[in-house]
Amino acid sequence: MLARLNVALLALLAPALSFAGDAISATEKQPLNLHAIGMFVLFVSMTLGITYWAAGRTKSASDFYTAGGGITGFQNGLAIAGDYMSAATLLGLTALVYTKGVDGYIYMIAFFAGWPIILFLMAERLRNLGKFTFADITSYRLNQSKVRTMAAVSSLTVVCFYLVAQMVGAGQLIKLLFGLDYNIALFVVGALMMVYVTFGGMVATTWVQIIKACMLLAGGTLVAVLAMSQFGFSFEKMMSQAVSLHSLGEKLLFPGTLLPDPITALSLGLGLMFGTAGLPHILMRFFTVTNAKEARKSVLYASGFVAYFFNVILLMGFAAIIIVGQNPEFFEGGQIGGKIVGGGNMIAMHLAKAVGGNLLLGFLSAVAFATILAVVSGLALAGAAAISHDIYARVIRKGKATETEELRVSRFASVGLGLVAILLGIVFEKMNVAFMVALAFGIAASANFPVLILSMYWKGLTTRGAVVGGYVGLIAAVLFVVFSKSVWVTVLGNAQALFPYDQPALFSMPLAFLVTFIVSKLDNSAEAQAERAAFDDQYVRAQTGFGAAEASAH
Amino acid sequence: MSTNASQNAVYARIRKNPRFTELVSKRQGFATLLSVIVLTIFYGFFMVVAFNPNLIGQRLSEGSYVTVGIAAELFMFIFFWVLTAVYVKRANGEFDAITTEIIRDASKEVK
Repeated sequence: MLARLNVALLALLAPALSFAGDAISATEKQPLNLHAIGMFVLFVSMTLGITYWAAGRTKSASDFYTAGGGITGFQNGLAIAGDYMSAATLLGLTALVYTKGVDGYIYMIAFFAGWPIILFLMAERLRNLGKFTFADITSYRLNQSKVRTMAAVSSLTVVCFYLVAQMVGAGQLIKLLFGLDYNIALFVVGALMMVYVTFGGMVATTWVQIIKACMLLAGGTLVAVLAMSQFGFSFEKMMSQAVSLHSLGEKLLFPGTLLPDPITALSLGLGLMFGTAGLPHILMRFFTVTNAKEARKSVLYASGFVAYFFNVILLMGFAAIIIVGQNPEFFEGGQIGGKIVGGGNMIAMHLAKAVGGNLLLGFLSAVAFATILAVVSGLALAGAAAISHDIYARVIRKGKATETEELRVSRFASVGLGLVAILLGIVFEKMNVAFMVALAFGIAASANFPVLILSMYWKGLTTRGAVVGGYVGLIAAVLFVVFSKSVWVTVLGNAQALFPYDQPALFSMPLAFLVTFIVSKLDNSAEAQAERAAFDDQYVRAQTGFGAAEASAH
Repeated sequence: MSTNASQNAVYARIRKNPRFTELVSKRQGFATLLSVIVLTIFYGFFMVVAFNPNLIGQRLSEGSYVTVGIAAELFMFIFFWVLTAVYVKRANGEFDAITTEIIRDASKEVK
């Protein structure tokens, strides 16, 4: 997931980050990387084996959507960490520390700080109330059709924008790392994703994510340890060299252009924190564990891995200033301080090559590819669940669809989403898609999160309030991003942005809360009365877990 | 999502149990306290970054490259994670024990 997050981050701060466009606009194709391809083939055969095994265990809807609710807290923690840490985390954040120093560290704490809040305020209620999708929670005591339709529309919007950003990023990155053609790369990613999700459902998706998280943690740690050994494992020694060699000098230690004003800082913090808490594929992970106990443990493990890895990245970034930044081999034309070979996002890869040779470079490239695959699979599954569970089973068939029918629809939906992802990836190849992740985050924080948190905490929420507030949040987030510099100026070519900030959350999220609150307050219909009355039972279930969806017996 | 009559009866009993009120207020109070701690430190740090960036680059001691910013962030990574561990320990131990007890009592009385 950090892939998305990270691209989001880069998108939020695009003007400050000249290298942000590198991953997206880089078009040069690298020579075929045989080590990387070999290791990637190994990863793919392993995950296909798991998918084959998982397919045998995926019989019910519960198996498909939530792995039967039988994932342990530790496994789920790894999977969430995997969702959260992607190719762009590894590449983008290392590059950020390399170019901006301590700014990158400030970024990373903003990514991390949402997790404790999700644990304290949401984790156990999510598990106690939800079954397959987060719309199960928002529609718990409200009108099923209207609320689920709204939740599904915003979920699918989030998923589609994310998928496009991922697919375009994946195509570019793979072209760069493996020397494969852009379109071939898209088909490989899309096809593997369809296989994982369609046959293996959540079981396969979770295990792909777990394996990838372990590879990422191991690969990053190895590179960081090898790099640190060149400085006798002394942070002071590394830093003194980095500061003396870097063009920023002492400024490396000070906040720079990343958070120019309080509004940007606050909007970034809010968007990351509550956007994370509104992403359908992250929320879905909370339904895969046995009970609230395991849900809490998942956050504990996930945040531990994420915190650890961010600190590893900090070391990698600083070490790269000396090891990569002083080696002519990694600069075009051997000109130190010139253009980095393959673009700015390749810093982590160059560092791997410098400290561990072609073998480590190949391994890290394979990790990056695996990461993209795992991330798009999680997204596709969340999108398929919104189509089959929310729209088909609950809205169209009014809960009368059989499990077999629902499963069939979800598999068609996964294949459909895979095709859509490939198609959009081809269409958007030449476009700067960074804004799409900002949009996905803005929508998650403005349309999903307010309704979700109010449905769990506020008795007064009614269907009318939730639906109007949700759509207002969705539309506001879209409009703010369209009017911001990243779309209005960069994509549409207008001279002046109509909305001065790139991240909409600070404005669209409070708006959604306000509208939901006012409309609910003004709603005095008989349905609204019944919905408020139903809160008490929901509250007991949220708090105790009594009546919560059980893990299926396996 | 439909709940049957006996389930609703259990919910009603749980609501009447003073132990439930106690559980909820204790756990919610604890979660709120921890959230406030995290949010205060986090946004406090961001305000320093926004309004007094020079403080972030100040070195902790002469000749050291550990700055206020690096030290504060490392502290946040560790401290926030420790807080999640504290919450998980208390919620999975003390609070879940009360929850199990409340559910057992309520289910028993209904039957």
